[in-house]
Amino acid sequence: MLALILKRLLMAVPSLIGVVIVTFLLTRALPGDAAAYFAGPAATREAVEQVRVKLGLDKSLPEQFVRYLRDLVRGDLGTSLTTGQPVVSEIRTRLPASAELTLLGLIVSMGVAVPLGILAATRPGSLIDHACRVVATAGVSLPVFFTGLILVYVFYYLLGWAPAPLGRLDIFFTAPPQVTGFYLIDSLIAGNGELFLASLNQLVLPALTLGVFSLAPIARMTRASMLAVLSSDFVRTARACGLSPLTVTVTYAFRNAMLPVVTTLGMVFSFLLGANVLVEKVFAWPGIGSFAVEALIASDFAPVQGFVLTMAVMYVALNLMIDVLYGLIDPRVRIEA
Amino acid sequence: MTALAATVRHARYVIGENPVTGLAFALFVLIVLLALVGPYVVPIDPLASDTVAALKPPSLRHWFGTDQLGRDIFSRVVIATRLDFGIAVWSVVLVFVMGGLAGVAAGFFGGWTDRIVGRIADTIMAFPLFVLAMGIVAALGNTVTNIVIATAIVNFPLYARVARAEANVRREAGFVEAARLSGNGDLRILAFQILPNVFPILVVQMSLTMGYAILNAAGLSFIGLGVRPPTPEWGIMVAEGAAFMVSGEWWIAFFPGLVLMVAVFCFNLLGDGLRDIVDPRRRT
Amino acid sequence: MTAVPALAVEDLSVEFRTRSGVVKALEGVSFSVGKGETLAIVGESGSGKSVTAYALMGILDPAGRVTAGRAVLGGLDLIAASASELAEVRGREIAMIFQNPRTALNPIRPVGRQIADVLIRHGNVRRAEAPAGTVDLLRAVGITDPARRAQAYPFEMSGGMCQRVMIALALAARPALLIADEPTTGLDVTTQAVIMDIVAELAGESGMATIFITHDLALAGQRADRIVVMHAGHVVENATTRELIARPNHPYTAELIAATPDGATSLDALAAIAGSLPDLRRADLPPCRYSERCPRKTDLCDQPLPHPPPGSAHFVACWNPL
Repeated sequence: MLALILKRLLMAVPSLIGVVIVTFLLTRALPGDAAAYFAGPAATREAVEQVRVKLGLDKSLPEQFVRYLRDLVRGDLGTSLTTGQPVVSEIRTRLPASAELTLLGLIVSMGVAVPLGILAATRPGSLIDHACRVVATAGVSLPVFFTGLILVYVFYYLLGWAPAPLGRLDIFFTAPPQVTGFYLIDSLIAGNGELFLASLNQLVLPALTLGVFSLAPIARMTRASMLAVLSSDFVRTARACGLSPLTVTVTYAFRNAMLPVVTTLGMVFSFLLGANVLVEKVFAWPGIGSFAVEALIASDFAPVQGFVLTMAVMYVALNLMIDVLYGLIDPRVRIEA
Repeated sequence: MTALAATVRHARYVIGENPVTGLAFALFVLIVLLALVGPYVVPIDPLASDTVAALKPPSLRHWFGTDQLGRDIFSRVVIATRLDFGIAVWSVVLVFVMGGLAGVAAGFFGGWTDRIVGRIADTIMAFPLFVLAMGIVAALGNTVTNIVIATAIVNFPLYARVARAEANVRREAGFVEAARLSGNGDLRILAFQILPNVFPILVVQMSLTMGYAILNAAGLSFIGLGVRPPTPEWGIMVAEGAAFMVSGEWWIAFFPGLVLMVAVFCFNLLGDGLRDIVDPRRRT
Repeated sequence: MTAVPALAVEDLSVEFRTRSGVVKALEGVSFSVGKGETLAIVGESGSGKSVTAYALMGILDPAGRVTAGRAVLGGLDLIAASASELAEVRGREIAMIFQNPRTALNPIRPVGRQIADVLIRHGNVRRAEAPAGTVDLLRAVGITDPARRAQAYPFEMSGGMCQRVMIALALAARPALLIADEPTTGLDVTTQAVIMDIVAELAGESGMATIFITHDLALAGQRADRIVVMHAGHVVENATTRELIARPNHPYTAELIAATPDGATSLDALAAIAGSLPDLRRADLPPCRYSERCPRKTDLCDQPLPHPPPGSAHFVACWNPL
């Protein structure tokens, strides 16, 4: 088991190297004057020169790369022009907001998509099967920001069920004392039920938006995978042995069918991390996505670089976890390793 | 019967058999038409603002209503078809050529070419795709061209991989020996013999990529990257209308978003239909 | 006075709905298996041997339907039984083992757990006792070091060992009837013999009846008490092994025998069987599905085939037998 984890970790290293190099190139290979980018649109000539020297942009490219690596190791991702704070601390403060939203969206999505896929596969040709297929085809066409806006219009403006899309908490509430940064968990730890409900209230629409977005690929893969597994030799054996339908469907079919679904999660995370940015903008969610978007509008470049790097590193880490999870479920991968 | 005639006949059979595919094809033709002649047939100048008529809901005069500057939304949506469709087409052409050539070269030459192309593809795939597109457009500058480039780069790995597999098969099939013997240089072989054969396999993916390109462009415009106001583009129109959703003027964001959705849906269905025509065994 | 057979199949007919038409896979199949008897069903690929087995077990593909017939096992008609009645019987009174044992086992579950699942389901064994019962079963099928092997996964075992595990699964509840569908295809000759020996030994111990399905007439000749020959969904001959091999009555049986190698014949001397199976989707199938490829066809062959009279020792579905 440990060997598997170590092996996967090693395989992730080239990806990390690639990510670092690409983010470096993205910021240094800017057309025009990179220093002017980092100094901002309001900078004077002297300010630009100062920035140039400070960031070492007057040095050769390899030298710049070494500086860049050195800064990274020290955890220095530059400073934001608009807030004046180090990018790293801004990201650290805002990351839990994005993480809570994305995780909840994933839970919603899997909670609907997996049962839908299973039911569609066990009842082929039924209403559920058709519904699943419609969801799978239509779902990939929905622009996530559009879904969010429609949900806001229907549930906030028309029905008044949902709160205004103004961030993580209504103005009347203050955030719970920070333990994990997840308001849902922290409010429970603090024993504040009212705060928990208020946080949940704000989370519903954005999480639903993300959930709807990632529903389609998961439902499609679950259905296809279940269908394939249900007609496999070993399920036939299980049935012939007289095992109960529940055992056959869950213990034998489902566990095997989940393997390709776990693999699909990698792709789903790629979508989710991107969609996160858009959803945060629609719902004014104070996560790292909106941090980057605000920086973009203000032509503040360092946060954007930090954002891309952070997201990429998180994505590599998530893929690593998915690989390990797969290895936990499938012994063929574990034992061969 | 020539291969082309047989394909056309099969295509007509598939379209006839599945009405949804037929609908997708018809819609596709409509989109192309709108893209081509849209600017000439719109009733009202899409850039003309008329503050008196601002924020009016859909009516007989303004089918999709007017936005905050009094511009006719219907005309703007139609005009935007050209831009969005153009982005989709150019992205797909670029990624097919880039990814196709790179993949074919990797499969054909093997060795270091293969390894380098592989590394590039792996590095691209290490990023969440939309985030990478954001980074590229932010770095290169806020233009439509850069949206096309970013979309092409982000889809590069998939096309390179498929092209590489095909090139491998053909290299081993002695296809290439025959071409070489007739005196063709390597590049000619790649570009004119192998790449065109990869096309039918990729055509399904290309249709899906067109849908993705539109979503990508719209998403980037939504957060202020790429297309700038007052240029009409579906994504940026949704962004402009977003603030008004909350106060009840739903039509400003709704219609561009709806048309966006329908277009993407059309390309996805088209892709499914093409898959049935090209390789019915892969039907899900 | 004939004893009550372990299984009596009467007039079984099965159809499959496909895109290109209805396939009449089985028609009027009848045979019976006595307690402790070993019956072999032989025939070409596509003759309906496996379909018969699947119909008996109730695990036909959803596109398949039993359109007629009865199959009485221990007083219960398997065809007419309700889902709950079948649930009592499947795996407990009637069990099946399949070819390709490696793919027929759950690849991500240790074999011991798979056996335990069946034991707990059928064997009235408490969860705590299941591991011990599993080890006993593995030992009974001849797996060495059974306690350790129980933790192994199918991909870590050879084909022969997987087949033994399948036998253990099937025999866990001591069924009255075991159906073995091509159990030795894909295994090497030595392992084949070992597997067949294990089945025969366990059957002998418990008086279990066995049906084994094979395309290999030689194997059937060695192991079976009685052979049923099938062709294109029909039973064409049903006799004791000795009778069938020595005095085949059906032209098809004779061809099969001629096409089966034994130690003495050389490959050149083997005859091919003329013609091929008819397309079972046709609406105009003749009453005797072999007639179109039969060298002995006469005008009599256009009338419906005879049904096996009850208690007959040697039945042949032919108007012009050898």
